[in-house]
Amino acid sequence: MFTLRHVAKHFGDGMKALEDITAEIPPGSFVALLGPSGCGKSTLLRLLSGLEMPSSGEISWGHTGKPAPGEIGYVFQDPTLLPWANAAENVYLPLRLRRESWSSAMPRVHTALAQVGLEGFEQSKPKGLSGGMRMRVSIARALVSEPALLLMDEPFAALDEFTRHKLQDDLLALWRRTGKTVVFVTHSIYEAAYLANRILIMTPRPGRIAATLTPNLPVGVERRNSPAYHALVSEITASFQRIMPA
Amino acid sequence: MSKSVERVAPFLFGLTALALWQGAVWMTHTPSYVVPGPLKILRAFYDSRTALGAGLLSTLAVTGAALLASTILGVFLAVAMAASSFFRAAIQPWAVILQVTPVVAIAPLIIIWVGQPFLALVVCAVVVSFFAILSNTAAGLAATPPELLDLFLLNGATRWQILFQLSLPYALPFFLTGLRLAGTLALVGAVVAEFVAGSGGFASGLAWQIIEASYRLQIPRMFAALLLLGAAGIVIYAVLGVLERVVLTRRDGA
Repeated sequence: MFTLRHVAKHFGDGMKALEDITAEIPPGSFVALLGPSGCGKSTLLRLLSGLEMPSSGEISWGHTGKPAPGEIGYVFQDPTLLPWANAAENVYLPLRLRRESWSSAMPRVHTALAQVGLEGFEQSKPKGLSGGMRMRVSIARALVSEPALLLMDEPFAALDEFTRHKLQDDLLALWRRTGKTVVFVTHSIYEAAYLANRILIMTPRPGRIAATLTPNLPVGVERRNSPAYHALVSEITASFQRIMPA
Repeated sequence: MSKSVERVAPFLFGLTALALWQGAVWMTHTPSYVVPGPLKILRAFYDSRTALGAGLLSTLAVTGAALLASTILGVFLAVAMAASSFFRAAIQPWAVILQVTPVVAIAPLIIIWVGQPFLALVVCAVVVSFFAILSNTAAGLAATPPELLDLFLLNGATRWQILFQLSLPYALPFFLTGLRLAGTLALVGAVVAEFVAGSGGFASGLAWQIIEASYRLQIPRMFAALLLLGAAGIVIYAVLGVLERVVLTRRDGA
Protein backbone atom coordinates (compact mmCIF):
# COMPACT_ATOMS: atom_id res chain seq x y z
CA MET A 1 0.00 0.00 0.00
CA PHE A 2 1.28 3.43 -0.98
CA THR A 3 -0.02 6.20 1.23
CA LEU A 4 0.20 9.98 1.35
CA ARG A 5 -0.60 11.76 4.62
CA HIS A 6 -1.14 15.54 4.70
CA VAL A 7 1.42 16.03 1.97
CA ALA A 8 2.16 19.62 0.93
CA LYS A 9 4.70 20.98 -1.52
CA HIS A 10 5.75 24.62 -1.51
CA PHE A 11 8.49 25.90 -3.77
CA GLY A 12 11.19 28.40 -2.85
CA ASP A 13 9.47 31.25 -4.64
CA GLY A 14 6.44 30.89 -2.36
CA MET A 15 4.43 28.98 -4.95
CA LYS A 16 2.14 26.51 -3.21
CA ALA A 17 1.80 23.54 -5.56
CA LEU A 18 0.10 21.03 -3.28
CA GLU A 19 -1.80 21.37 -0.01
CA ASP A 20 -2.92 18.70 2.44
CA ILE A 21 -2.98 15.68 0.12
CA THR A 22 -4.09 12.51 1.85
CA ALA A 23 -4.66 9.48 -0.32
CA GLU A 24 -4.20 5.75 -0.52
CA ILE A 25 -3.04 3.81 -3.52
CA PRO A 26 -4.04 0.17 -3.02
CA PRO A 27 -1.80 -2.43 -4.68
CA GLY A 28 -3.05 -3.39 -8.11
CA SER A 29 -5.19 -0.27 -8.51
CA PHE A 30 -5.21 2.04 -11.52
CA VAL A 31 -5.30 5.54 -10.07
CA ALA A 32 -5.93 8.60 -12.23
CA LEU A 33 -4.82 12.01 -10.99
CA LEU A 34 -7.22 14.30 -12.78
CA GLY A 35 -7.18 18.08 -12.74
CA PRO A 36 -6.63 21.22 -14.78
CA SER A 37 -3.18 22.23 -15.98
CA GLY A 38 -1.01 23.62 -13.22
CA CYS A 39 -2.87 21.92 -10.36
CA GLY A 40 0.25 20.10 -9.19
CA LYS A 41 -0.52 16.66 -10.66
CA SER A 42 2.97 16.26 -12.02
CA THR A 43 4.47 17.54 -8.79
CA LEU A 44 2.50 14.90 -6.92
CA LEU A 45 3.86 12.27 -9.30
CA ARG A 46 7.42 13.44 -8.70
CA LEU A 47 6.83 13.21 -4.95
CA LEU A 48 5.53 9.66 -5.42
CA SER A 49 8.67 8.80 -7.39
CA GLY A 50 10.89 9.93 -4.53
CA LEU A 51 12.70 12.37 -6.84
CA GLU A 52 11.44 15.23 -4.70
CA MET A 53 10.64 15.51 -1.02
CA PRO A 54 7.38 16.98 0.31
CA SER A 55 7.59 20.25 2.24
CA SER A 56 5.46 18.65 4.93
CA GLY A 57 3.52 15.46 5.43
CA GLU A 58 4.56 11.88 4.76
CA ILE A 59 4.72 9.48 1.87
CA SER A 60 5.07 5.78 2.46
CA TRP A 61 5.96 3.24 -0.19
CA GLY A 62 4.92 0.36 2.02
CA HIS A 63 8.35 0.22 3.63
CA THR A 64 10.57 2.59 5.54
CA GLY A 65 12.73 4.88 3.53
CA LYS A 66 12.79 5.99 -0.09
CA PRO A 67 12.16 3.78 -3.10
CA ALA A 68 15.10 1.66 -4.22
CA PRO A 69 16.49 2.02 -7.75
CA GLY A 70 14.10 0.27 -10.12
CA GLU A 71 11.22 0.19 -7.64
CA ILE A 72 9.53 3.03 -9.53
CA GLY A 73 8.75 2.94 -13.25
CA TYR A 74 8.23 6.36 -14.80
CA VAL A 75 6.70 7.22 -18.16
CA PHE A 76 6.95 10.87 -19.22
CA GLN A 77 4.79 12.93 -21.53
CA ASP A 78 7.45 12.63 -24.22
CA PRO A 79 8.93 9.20 -24.91
CA THR A 80 12.42 10.64 -24.07
CA LEU A 81 14.28 7.75 -25.63
CA LEU A 82 18.01 7.90 -26.23
CA PRO A 83 18.12 8.81 -29.94
CA TRP A 84 21.34 6.88 -30.57
CA ALA A 85 20.10 3.62 -29.02
CA ASN A 86 17.72 1.13 -30.64
CA ALA A 87 14.50 -0.03 -28.99
CA ALA A 88 16.10 -2.96 -27.17
CA GLU A 89 18.99 -0.82 -25.90
CA ASN A 90 16.55 1.85 -24.72
CA VAL A 91 14.56 -0.73 -22.78
CA TYR A 92 17.78 -2.20 -21.38
CA LEU A 93 18.87 1.23 -20.06
CA PRO A 94 17.40 1.02 -16.51
CA LEU A 95 18.98 -2.40 -16.02
CA ARG A 96 22.29 -1.30 -17.52
CA LEU A 97 22.41 1.63 -15.09
CA ARG A 98 22.10 -0.90 -12.30
CA ARG A 99 25.02 -2.81 -13.84
CA GLU A 100 23.15 -5.83 -15.10
CA SER A 101 24.86 -7.56 -17.99
CA TRP A 102 23.13 -7.58 -21.35
CA SER A 103 23.01 -11.38 -21.42
CA SER A 104 21.20 -11.63 -18.09
CA ALA A 105 18.88 -8.70 -18.91
CA MET A 106 18.04 -9.75 -22.47
CA PRO A 107 15.11 -12.09 -21.68
CA ARG A 108 13.39 -9.36 -19.63
CA VAL A 109 14.07 -6.75 -22.33
CA HIS A 110 12.36 -8.97 -24.88
CA THR A 111 9.47 -9.72 -22.54
CA ALA A 112 8.94 -6.01 -21.89
CA LEU A 113 8.96 -5.23 -25.63
CA ALA A 114 6.54 -8.10 -26.26
CA GLN A 115 4.23 -6.76 -23.52
CA VAL A 116 3.82 -3.53 -25.47
CA GLY A 117 3.46 -5.32 -28.81
CA LEU A 118 6.87 -4.43 -30.24
CA GLU A 119 8.33 -7.83 -31.09
CA GLY A 120 10.50 -7.50 -34.15
CA PHE A 121 11.33 -3.83 -33.55
CA GLU A 122 14.29 -4.49 -31.24
CA GLN A 123 16.81 -3.03 -33.70
CA SER A 124 14.78 0.06 -34.68
CA LYS A 125 16.10 3.43 -33.61
CA PRO A 126 13.65 6.09 -32.33
CA LYS A 127 13.91 8.03 -35.60
CA GLY A 128 12.50 5.03 -37.47
CA LEU A 129 9.50 4.61 -35.13
CA SER A 130 6.15 6.40 -35.09
CA GLY A 131 5.08 8.52 -32.12
CA GLY A 132 2.87 5.75 -30.77
CA MET A 133 5.62 3.15 -31.10
CA ARG A 134 8.11 5.40 -29.34
CA MET A 135 5.66 5.71 -26.46
CA ARG A 136 5.38 1.91 -26.40
CA VAL A 137 9.17 1.64 -26.10
CA SER A 138 9.01 4.18 -23.28
CA ILE A 139 6.40 2.07 -21.47
CA ALA A 140 8.47 -1.08 -22.00
CA ARG A 141 11.47 0.75 -20.51
CA ALA A 142 9.38 1.53 -17.41
CA LEU A 143 8.14 -2.07 -17.15
CA VAL A 144 11.49 -3.82 -17.59
CA SER A 145 12.53 -3.33 -13.94
CA GLU A 146 9.21 -4.88 -12.86
CA PRO A 147 8.51 -1.81 -10.72
CA ALA A 148 6.20 -1.93 -7.70
CA LEU A 149 4.65 1.34 -8.86
CA LEU A 150 4.23 2.57 -12.42
CA LEU A 151 3.93 6.36 -12.69
CA MET A 152 2.68 7.87 -15.94
CA ASP A 153 2.66 11.61 -16.60
CA GLU A 154 0.16 12.38 -19.41
CA PRO A 155 1.88 9.80 -21.61
CA PHE A 156 -0.70 9.90 -24.40
CA ALA A 157 -1.38 13.65 -24.45
CA ALA A 158 0.74 14.27 -27.56
CA LEU A 159 -0.68 11.39 -29.63
CA ASP A 160 -3.50 11.54 -32.14
CA GLU A 161 -6.94 10.33 -31.04
CA PHE A 162 -6.77 6.96 -32.84
CA THR A 163 -3.31 6.08 -31.56
CA ARG A 164 -4.36 7.26 -28.10
CA HIS A 165 -7.40 4.95 -28.02
CA LYS A 166 -5.29 2.00 -29.14
CA LEU A 167 -2.63 2.67 -26.51
CA GLN A 168 -5.28 3.15 -23.81
CA ASP A 169 -6.81 -0.22 -24.67
CA ASP A 170 -3.41 -1.90 -24.71
CA LEU A 171 -2.46 -0.28 -21.40
CA LEU A 172 -5.69 -1.52 -19.79
CA ALA A 173 -5.07 -5.04 -21.07
CA LEU A 174 -1.48 -4.89 -19.82
CA TRP A 175 -2.63 -3.67 -16.41
CA ARG A 176 -5.18 -6.50 -16.12
CA ARG A 177 -2.57 -9.05 -17.17
CA THR A 178 0.20 -7.90 -14.87
CA GLY A 179 -1.74 -6.48 -11.92
CA LYS A 180 0.67 -3.52 -11.73
CA THR A 181 -0.14 -0.53 -9.53
CA VAL A 182 -0.48 2.46 -11.83
CA VAL A 183 -0.75 6.17 -11.08
CA PHE A 184 -1.70 8.01 -14.23
CA VAL A 185 -1.71 11.80 -14.51
CA THR A 186 -4.11 13.29 -17.03
CA HIS A 187 -6.08 16.44 -17.69
CA SER A 188 -8.59 14.54 -19.83
CA ILE A 189 -11.86 13.62 -18.11
CA TYR A 190 -12.49 10.98 -20.79
CA GLU A 191 -9.11 9.38 -20.31
CA ALA A 192 -9.43 9.23 -16.53
CA ALA A 193 -12.95 7.82 -16.76
CA TYR A 194 -11.93 5.23 -19.33
CA LEU A 195 -8.76 3.93 -17.66
CA ALA A 196 -8.94 4.22 -13.89
CA ASN A 197 -10.69 2.32 -11.16
CA ARG A 198 -9.81 5.08 -8.73
CA ILE A 199 -10.01 8.73 -9.75
CA LEU A 200 -8.58 11.51 -7.60
CA ILE A 201 -10.12 14.81 -8.65
CA MET A 202 -7.80 17.73 -7.93
CA THR A 203 -8.53 21.42 -7.46
CA PRO A 204 -6.62 24.22 -9.22
CA ARG A 205 -3.49 25.46 -7.47
CA PRO A 206 -2.79 24.83 -4.72
CA GLY A 207 -3.77 21.27 -5.61
CA ARG A 208 -5.98 19.47 -3.13
CA ILE A 209 -8.00 16.33 -3.57
CA ALA A 210 -11.60 17.45 -4.03
CA ALA A 211 -13.14 14.03 -4.51
CA THR A 212 -12.25 10.37 -4.94
CA LEU A 213 -14.29 8.18 -7.26
CA THR A 214 -14.03 4.41 -7.50
CA PRO A 215 -15.89 3.47 -10.67
CA ASN A 216 -16.33 -0.07 -11.90
CA LEU A 217 -16.79 -0.07 -15.67
CA PRO A 218 -17.44 -3.14 -17.82
CA VAL A 219 -14.37 -4.79 -19.29
CA GLY A 220 -13.95 -5.23 -23.03
CA VAL A 221 -14.76 -3.60 -26.33
CA GLU A 222 -18.11 -2.19 -25.18
CA ARG A 223 -16.46 -0.14 -22.46
CA ARG A 224 -16.05 3.06 -24.48
CA ASN A 225 -19.71 3.01 -25.50
CA SER A 226 -21.15 1.78 -22.24
CA PRO A 227 -23.77 3.91 -20.45
CA ALA A 228 -21.73 3.53 -17.25
CA TYR A 229 -18.73 5.21 -18.93
CA HIS A 230 -20.83 8.12 -20.18
CA ALA A 231 -22.51 8.48 -16.78
CA LEU A 232 -19.05 8.58 -15.17
CA VAL A 233 -17.89 11.30 -17.58
CA SER A 234 -20.99 13.34 -16.66
CA GLU A 235 -20.40 12.79 -12.96
CA ILE A 236 -16.79 13.96 -13.20
CA THR A 237 -17.78 16.94 -15.33
CA ALA A 238 -20.38 17.90 -12.72
CA SER A 239 -17.86 17.76 -9.90
CA PHE A 240 -15.50 20.05 -11.83
CA GLN A 241 -18.39 22.45 -12.35
CA ARG A 242 -18.76 22.55 -8.58
CA ILE A 243 -15.00 23.05 -7.97
CA MET A 244 -14.47 25.59 -10.74
CA PRO A 245 -17.75 27.49 -11.29
CA ALA A 246 -17.80 29.34 -14.60
CA MET B 1 14.68 24.91 -61.83
CA SER B 2 15.95 21.32 -61.94
CA LYS B 3 18.48 19.93 -59.48
CA SER B 4 21.29 19.49 -62.01
CA VAL B 5 20.99 23.06 -63.26
CA GLU B 6 21.09 24.27 -59.67
CA ARG B 7 24.28 22.30 -59.14
CA VAL B 8 25.98 23.73 -62.22
CA ALA B 9 24.79 27.30 -61.57
CA PRO B 10 27.56 28.42 -59.17
CA PHE B 11 30.27 27.15 -61.55
CA LEU B 12 28.67 28.89 -64.51
CA PHE B 13 28.53 32.09 -62.53
CA GLY B 14 32.15 31.69 -61.41
CA LEU B 15 33.40 31.01 -64.94
CA THR B 16 31.50 33.98 -66.35
CA ALA B 17 32.91 36.24 -63.66
CA LEU B 18 36.44 34.99 -64.39
CA ALA B 19 35.98 35.57 -68.12
CA LEU B 20 34.70 39.11 -67.52
CA TRP B 21 37.60 39.77 -65.16
CA GLN B 22 40.17 38.54 -67.70
CA GLY B 23 38.46 40.51 -70.47
CA ALA B 24 38.41 43.71 -68.40
CA VAL B 25 42.10 43.36 -67.51
CA TRP B 26 42.98 42.90 -71.22
CA MET B 27 40.85 45.75 -72.48
CA THR B 28 41.96 48.31 -69.89
CA HIS B 29 45.63 47.22 -70.08
CA THR B 30 45.74 47.10 -66.27
CA PRO B 31 49.26 46.17 -65.15
CA SER B 32 49.43 42.90 -63.21
CA TYR B 33 50.96 44.59 -60.13
CA VAL B 34 47.66 46.38 -59.69
CA VAL B 35 45.14 43.73 -60.68
CA PRO B 36 46.36 40.52 -62.31
CA GLY B 37 44.03 38.56 -64.60
CA PRO B 38 43.04 34.97 -63.77
CA LEU B 39 45.50 33.59 -66.34
CA LYS B 40 48.44 35.39 -64.68
CA ILE B 41 47.33 33.99 -61.32
CA LEU B 42 47.15 30.50 -62.78
CA ARG B 43 50.67 30.98 -64.09
CA ALA B 44 51.84 32.14 -60.65
CA PHE B 45 50.27 29.03 -59.11
CA TYR B 46 52.34 26.85 -61.42
CA ASP B 47 55.57 28.83 -61.02
CA SER B 48 55.53 28.88 -57.21
CA ARG B 49 53.87 25.53 -56.66
CA THR B 50 56.61 24.23 -54.35
CA ALA B 51 56.65 27.27 -52.10
CA LEU B 52 52.85 27.56 -52.05
CA GLY B 53 52.45 23.83 -51.36
CA ALA B 54 54.93 23.98 -48.49
CA GLY B 55 53.19 27.07 -47.12
CA LEU B 56 49.80 25.38 -47.32
CA LEU B 57 51.08 22.25 -45.58
CA SER B 58 52.62 24.26 -42.78
CA THR B 59 49.45 26.31 -42.27
CA LEU B 60 47.32 23.14 -42.29
CA ALA B 61 49.65 21.51 -39.76
CA VAL B 62 49.15 24.44 -37.39
CA THR B 63 45.39 24.38 -38.02
CA GLY B 64 45.10 20.64 -37.42
CA ALA B 65 47.17 20.71 -34.23
CA ALA B 66 45.17 23.69 -32.97
CA LEU B 67 41.87 21.97 -33.72
CA LEU B 68 42.96 18.90 -31.79
CA ALA B 69 44.11 20.99 -28.82
CA SER B 70 40.91 23.09 -28.95
CA THR B 71 38.79 19.94 -28.90
CA ILE B 72 40.55 18.57 -25.83
CA LEU B 73 40.58 21.93 -24.03
CA GLY B 74 37.03 22.93 -25.05
CA VAL B 75 35.39 19.62 -24.13
CA PHE B 76 37.32 19.37 -20.87
CA LEU B 77 36.35 22.88 -19.79
CA ALA B 78 32.72 22.37 -20.88
CA VAL B 79 32.47 19.20 -18.79
CA ALA B 80 34.08 20.91 -15.81
CA MET B 81 31.70 23.86 -16.15
CA ALA B 82 28.69 21.54 -16.38
CA ALA B 83 29.84 19.58 -13.34
CA SER B 84 30.47 22.51 -11.02
CA SER B 85 28.72 25.85 -10.91
CA PHE B 86 31.71 27.23 -9.01
CA PHE B 87 33.99 26.27 -11.88
CA ARG B 88 31.53 27.72 -14.39
CA ALA B 89 31.46 31.04 -12.57
CA ALA B 90 35.25 31.04 -12.32
CA ILE B 91 35.99 30.14 -15.95
CA GLN B 92 33.25 31.78 -18.01
CA PRO B 93 34.30 35.46 -17.81
CA TRP B 94 37.93 34.58 -18.64
CA ALA B 95 36.91 32.47 -21.60
CA VAL B 96 34.82 35.36 -22.90
CA ILE B 97 37.62 37.89 -22.36
CA LEU B 98 40.02 35.63 -24.25
CA GLN B 99 37.42 35.28 -26.99
CA VAL B 100 36.75 39.00 -27.51
CA THR B 101 40.43 40.03 -27.45
CA PRO B 102 41.67 40.22 -31.05
CA VAL B 103 44.31 37.58 -31.57
CA VAL B 104 46.46 40.09 -33.49
CA ALA B 105 46.78 42.02 -30.26
CA ILE B 106 47.97 39.12 -28.13
CA ALA B 107 49.86 37.15 -30.78
CA PRO B 108 53.17 39.05 -30.30
CA LEU B 109 53.01 38.35 -26.57
CA ILE B 110 52.23 34.66 -27.14
CA ILE B 111 55.08 34.35 -29.62
CA ILE B 112 57.53 35.90 -27.16
CA TRP B 113 56.31 33.81 -24.23
CA VAL B 114 56.05 30.45 -25.97
CA GLY B 115 59.31 30.82 -27.87
CA GLN B 116 59.06 27.68 -29.99
CA PRO B 117 57.56 29.09 -33.24
CA PHE B 118 55.28 26.19 -34.28
CA LEU B 119 53.90 25.88 -30.77
CA ALA B 120 53.34 29.64 -30.59
CA LEU B 121 51.30 29.55 -33.80
CA VAL B 122 49.25 26.64 -32.47
CA VAL B 123 48.55 28.49 -29.22
CA CYS B 124 47.32 31.54 -31.17
CA ALA B 125 45.02 29.38 -33.30
CA VAL B 126 43.72 27.64 -30.16
CA VAL B 127 42.92 31.01 -28.57
CA VAL B 128 40.77 31.84 -31.60
CA SER B 129 39.06 28.48 -32.02
CA PHE B 130 38.55 26.76 -28.66
CA PHE B 131 35.67 29.00 -27.57
CA ALA B 132 33.45 27.70 -30.39
CA ILE B 133 33.92 24.15 -29.11
CA LEU B 134 33.61 25.17 -25.46
CA SER B 135 30.38 27.13 -25.88
CA ASN B 136 28.70 24.62 -28.19
CA THR B 137 29.64 21.63 -26.04
CA ALA B 138 28.51 23.48 -22.92
CA ALA B 139 25.17 24.27 -24.60
CA GLY B 140 24.85 20.59 -25.55
CA LEU B 141 25.59 19.41 -22.02
CA ALA B 142 22.94 21.83 -20.72
CA ALA B 143 20.41 20.53 -23.26
CA THR B 144 20.13 17.08 -21.66
CA PRO B 145 16.37 16.48 -21.27
CA PRO B 146 15.48 16.79 -17.56
CA GLU B 147 13.16 13.76 -17.85
CA LEU B 148 16.05 11.53 -18.88
CA LEU B 149 18.08 12.89 -15.99
CA ASP B 150 15.18 11.91 -13.69
CA LEU B 151 15.11 8.46 -15.24
CA PHE B 152 18.83 8.02 -14.63
CA LEU B 153 18.44 9.17 -11.02
CA LEU B 154 15.45 6.86 -10.43
CA ASN B 155 17.67 3.98 -11.44
CA GLY B 156 20.45 5.03 -9.12
CA ALA B 157 22.86 6.25 -11.82
CA THR B 158 26.22 7.62 -10.70
CA ARG B 159 27.62 10.98 -11.87
CA TRP B 160 29.92 9.16 -14.28
CA GLN B 161 27.06 7.15 -15.77
CA ILE B 162 25.11 10.39 -16.26
CA LEU B 163 28.13 12.05 -17.88
CA PHE B 164 29.19 9.23 -20.21
CA GLN B 165 25.89 7.56 -21.00
CA LEU B 166 23.65 10.63 -21.16
CA SER B 167 25.13 14.14 -21.16
CA LEU B 168 28.15 13.63 -23.43
CA PRO B 169 26.27 11.59 -26.08
CA TYR B 170 23.51 14.21 -25.99
CA ALA B 171 26.08 16.97 -26.50
CA LEU B 172 27.69 15.24 -29.52
CA PRO B 173 25.64 17.03 -32.23
CA PHE B 174 26.35 20.37 -30.54
CA PHE B 175 30.05 19.52 -30.26
CA LEU B 176 30.22 18.62 -33.97
CA THR B 177 28.68 21.98 -34.88
CA GLY B 178 31.26 23.66 -32.68
CA LEU B 179 34.03 21.63 -34.31
CA ARG B 180 32.93 22.77 -37.78
CA LEU B 181 33.03 26.42 -36.71
CA ALA B 182 36.32 25.89 -34.86
CA GLY B 183 37.90 24.39 -38.00
CA THR B 184 37.66 27.61 -40.00
CA LEU B 185 38.42 29.73 -36.93
CA ALA B 186 41.62 27.74 -36.31
CA LEU B 187 42.68 28.42 -39.90
CA VAL B 188 42.03 32.13 -39.46
CA GLY B 189 43.93 32.10 -36.15
CA ALA B 190 46.85 30.23 -37.71
CA VAL B 191 47.15 32.70 -40.59
CA VAL B 192 46.87 35.77 -38.36
CA ALA B 193 49.57 34.34 -36.11
CA GLU B 194 51.76 33.60 -39.15
CA PHE B 195 51.41 37.24 -40.22
CA VAL B 196 52.55 38.45 -36.82
CA ALA B 197 55.34 35.86 -36.65
CA GLY B 198 56.34 36.66 -40.23
CA SER B 199 56.80 40.35 -39.48
CA GLY B 200 58.90 39.26 -36.50
CA GLY B 201 61.23 37.25 -38.70
CA PHE B 202 59.75 33.77 -38.48
CA ALA B 203 58.68 32.88 -42.01
CA SER B 204 56.15 30.10 -42.43
CA GLY B 205 52.80 29.20 -43.88
CA LEU B 206 50.56 30.76 -46.48
CA ALA B 207 50.66 34.08 -44.64
CA TRP B 208 54.39 34.31 -45.31
CA GLN B 209 53.77 33.56 -48.99
CA ILE B 210 51.41 36.53 -49.07
CA ILE B 211 53.80 38.82 -47.16
CA GLU B 212 56.79 37.88 -49.30
CA ALA B 213 54.85 38.23 -52.55
CA SER B 214 53.68 41.70 -51.49
CA TYR B 215 57.27 42.77 -50.59
CA ARG B 216 58.33 41.77 -54.10
CA LEU B 217 55.23 43.20 -55.72
CA GLN B 218 54.40 39.71 -57.10
CA ILE B 219 50.71 40.41 -57.01
CA PRO B 220 49.65 37.31 -59.04
CA ARG B 221 51.43 35.09 -56.50
CA MET B 222 49.75 36.99 -53.69
CA PHE B 223 46.41 36.24 -55.29
CA ALA B 224 47.37 32.59 -55.72
CA ALA B 225 48.21 32.25 -52.02
CA LEU B 226 45.00 34.05 -51.10
CA LEU B 227 42.92 31.71 -53.26
CA LEU B 228 44.64 28.69 -51.74
CA LEU B 229 43.79 30.01 -48.29
CA GLY B 230 40.14 30.49 -49.22
CA ALA B 231 39.99 27.02 -50.75
CA ALA B 232 41.56 25.50 -47.62
CA GLY B 233 38.89 27.19 -45.50
CA ILE B 234 36.07 25.89 -47.67
CA VAL B 235 37.51 22.36 -47.69
CA ILE B 236 37.94 22.31 -43.91
CA TYR B 237 34.36 23.52 -43.44
CA ALA B 238 32.99 21.00 -45.94
CA VAL B 239 34.97 18.04 -44.56
CA LEU B 240 33.87 18.77 -40.99
CA GLY B 241 30.29 19.19 -42.26
CA VAL B 242 30.41 15.76 -43.91
CA LEU B 243 31.92 14.30 -40.75
CA GLU B 244 29.04 15.78 -38.73
CA ARG B 245 26.40 14.31 -41.04
CA VAL B 246 28.03 10.89 -41.33
CA VAL B 247 28.62 10.52 -37.59
CA LEU B 248 25.07 11.54 -36.67
CA THR B 249 23.32 9.47 -39.35
CA ARG B 250 25.37 6.42 -38.42
CA ARG B 251 24.53 6.91 -34.76
CA ASP B 252 20.88 7.98 -34.79
CA GLY B 253 19.74 6.37 -38.04
CA ALA B 254 18.73 8.15 -41.22
